[in-house]
Amino acid sequence: MQIPVETFRLPNGLLVTLSEDHSAPITAVNLWYHVGSANERTGRTGFAHLFEHMLFQGSENVRENEHFELVQRAGGTLNGSTWLDRTNYFETVPSNQLPIALWLESDRMGALLPAMTQQKLDTQRDVVKNERRWSVENQPYGTWWERLPALAFPPEHPFHHSLIGSMEDLGQASLEDVALFFRTFYTPDNAVLTIAGDFSPLEARELVERYFGDIPRGAGKPPLPRMDLPSRFGEWRREVVEDEVMLPRLFLAFRSAVFGSARYYAASVCGAVLGMRKGSRLHRALVREREVAADARAFTFDLSEGSDLLIVDVTARPDVSAERLEAETVGEIDRLRHEGVTAAEVGRAIALIETDFIVAMQSAGERADRLSQFATYFGDPRLVNTQVASYRAVTADQVNAFVHSNLGEDNRASLLYVPRNAEATA
Amino acid sequence: MTNHSRPGPGPRRDYRFPAVVRLGLANGLRVVVAPMPRLPLVTVLALVDAGATCDGPSNEGVASLTAQALGEGTARLEATELTDQFEALGSGFDAGGDWDGTLASLTVTPSRLETAVMLLGEVLMTPRFSERDVLRIRAERLADLLQQQVEPRGLAEDRFAEYLYVPGSRYGVPCDGSARTVGALETETVKAFHRARYVPQVTTLIFVGDVAPEPAVRLAERALGAWMGEALVAAPVDDRVRGGGPRVHIVGKPDAPQTELRVGHRGLSRAHPDYFSIAVMNALLGGLFSSRINLNLRERHAFTYGAKSAFEWRRGAGPFVVATAVKTDVTAAAAREILAEIDTMRLETVTAGELSLATDYLDGVFPIRYETTHAVAQALAAAEVFALGEDYYSLYRERIRAVTAEDVHRVAEQHLHPREIVIVAVGDASAIQGPLEALGVGPVEVHGVKQGEEDVP
Repeated sequence: MQIPVETFRLPNGLLVTLSEDHSAPITAVNLWYHVGSANERTGRTGFAHLFEHMLFQGSENVRENEHFELVQRAGGTLNGSTWLDRTNYFETVPSNQLPIALWLESDRMGALLPAMTQQKLDTQRDVVKNERRWSVENQPYGTWWERLPALAFPPEHPFHHSLIGSMEDLGQASLEDVALFFRTFYTPDNAVLTIAGDFSPLEARELVERYFGDIPRGAGKPPLPRMDLPSRFGEWRREVVEDEVMLPRLFLAFRSAVFGSARYYAASVCGAVLGMRKGSRLHRALVREREVAADARAFTFDLSEGSDLLIVDVTARPDVSAERLEAETVGEIDRLRHEGVTAAEVGRAIALIETDFIVAMQSAGERADRLSQFATYFGDPRLVNTQVASYRAVTADQVNAFVHSNLGEDNRASLLYVPRNAEATA
Repeated sequence: MTNHSRPGPGPRRDYRFPAVVRLGLANGLRVVVAPMPRLPLVTVLALVDAGATCDGPSNEGVASLTAQALGEGTARLEATELTDQFEALGSGFDAGGDWDGTLASLTVTPSRLETAVMLLGEVLMTPRFSERDVLRIRAERLADLLQQQVEPRGLAEDRFAEYLYVPGSRYGVPCDGSARTVGALETETVKAFHRARYVPQVTTLIFVGDVAPEPAVRLAERALGAWMGEALVAAPVDDRVRGGGPRVHIVGKPDAPQTELRVGHRGLSRAHPDYFSIAVMNALLGGLFSSRINLNLRERHAFTYGAKSAFEWRRGAGPFVVATAVKTDVTAAAAREILAEIDTMRLETVTAGELSLATDYLDGVFPIRYETTHAVAQALAAAEVFALGEDYYSLYRERIRAVTAEDVHRVAEQHLHPREIVIVAVGDASAIQGPLEALGVGPVEVHGVKQGEEDVP
């Protein structure tokens, strides 16, 4: 399966990817801005995400609440998301509505600030505070999203601090911050635009040039602090959290090869061998055989700079203590180090990953997002078509080399949740 | 700087929902095939008319437990062997039960389809249900239920149903069962449920993707043609509600920074002829991001990250419910705004501009909903479960477009019931009880997080 890819760059630096597919009258528009929580300044944790909310509040030619409404009236779906190192905005629309989707994206890239008001900022600040309560504070284990990066990255590292931000820092965000962030990061030369689905390339190119062509290039963004990290922690970091939870849960993280690097594919396959679906090592041993865990999985964060994380996530059965959960999980990791993976395990993992990839590529929105991802991180969306081959090329020896170098006791960070009400664990 | 005028749409391009072929095997099993040959993938989905409403009294949760235990081996293969065989095909095996049916599905590349369907047939006809595996799956569900004591969303949803429906209604107990009922389920109960309910006459095998009808039917015959069994007649679900006027139930979660709020009442059966008008009305009330309730609670008042309303469509009358999570100190204010939006929807006819927001959205988004083989397979399963008719998906957009502002007004008046409102608030009781009482909606009761901690009248 090959996804068609055509690219061009506007004089202002915007990298545009077109991927035609006429099997349904649907077109996806997807923008990645190369800015995330890593780019926030001290005292402004959560700002990149709060800023994402502001992009839905209208722009010079779009009234308050009108952005969502115009896309929904067009019959489209839309959203945005913020991650450590990027922010994306996307909509999927009936293909005859491509012009309005591109126009909306260009209006907020070119002219967001005339529409900004203190009242809009105050409203979204409160909305985001409610999002924080909803996703972090009032959810069991909800703090893992900020505790694990804080444990795994050193304090001065751009990935260390909370993505959703502290209540205090959210309270500090000002309209001046909005203006500065917009001018610095929301520029065509710091963005990629992907259009995937049913469209005519000539028309699409003409629309992109018309709407985005006159947006000026940015003045460049300040360099991030040094992202590079040693490939291992050099120790076993541990944090135990007593919390309002009923069952112990362990997050065990390993520094891992960054997304898209030569060793990434072996690391990703290692994650699938350990914790993808019921046939994985952890599910088989901890859930099925020894019945110490109610659930077990493993996955990578897919960070493209500094260091990625491979994370094992295991929740205890009601009668199992935190100590036992951790000992049994670590025991499985050590068993993997001693036994190594088999070719059959690697084959299972690759087959599952490959099917998941093809399944995802059915959706225009998913195709556009993956193309934007490779365009943002590597300047080359065509890399999406090499992914299956890169996975197929992974051998048991390569996975074992990764296991040997990255799963040892000198490269672990464990975040262990323990019920505050100790009677819940026997 | 960017003074380009706002563009309009181009000419709309045709969309057709995949053509569907429906056939039957001699043993009564239905086969539904929808070729969608875009990518080298086929989704196979087995629908068995054995949902939670078939559980029977005191066995609540058995349909769901049976569905989850299906993947734990067959007479021939142990659980780990079965998993290995599925996953070697590049596919997980997913099975689960909802109110009106059990679905088991997998998605594979065409070259692996034959092996996959033969395995699926084996699972449906001869599941292993070993004591150890069934008890383990049961323990996993009990772990979920234990977790729910500190998980406010699931707790709010379950309590809303419990306080809404009459005692004894299947809809008053979670689809997957409660701690009391699941804890009492035995392996033999699961086996008996499978024997009685998993029969070819109430099973539909759905193929969607890179596959042609004739080979699919031949494959269904090979995999499931020998399956025998007689269907039981299912009793209709008791979907009556407690009634007695508006009520407020607080589920105390001390120090919660937020209140999980549910506001609603009994909804309607999926078979109700007003379905399309209600879909449009609900989209405007709370179904869309740009709906009245979401714009009010999120964008005007900043009470919440989001608010939604929904009619939960089942064969019986599922609930109509508005769901949101709001900052503790605005709990009563948020409930008041929700009730006011319900009142306004009943009192005033929507404008043509507002109507077209919903009809244009529901019409336009239709092809986007069915991009994947799995989404089409699920849609075809819903058509079977609710007997929607063969032309349902080809007529859907036309029917949405036919809804008028008068229809919306009429169904709002007829099917939104302010005098039967049940409010459930999971949060800090000491902070929200007074304001909720002052709201004057109805009597306020406070409950504990653990089931049975307080008497529920």
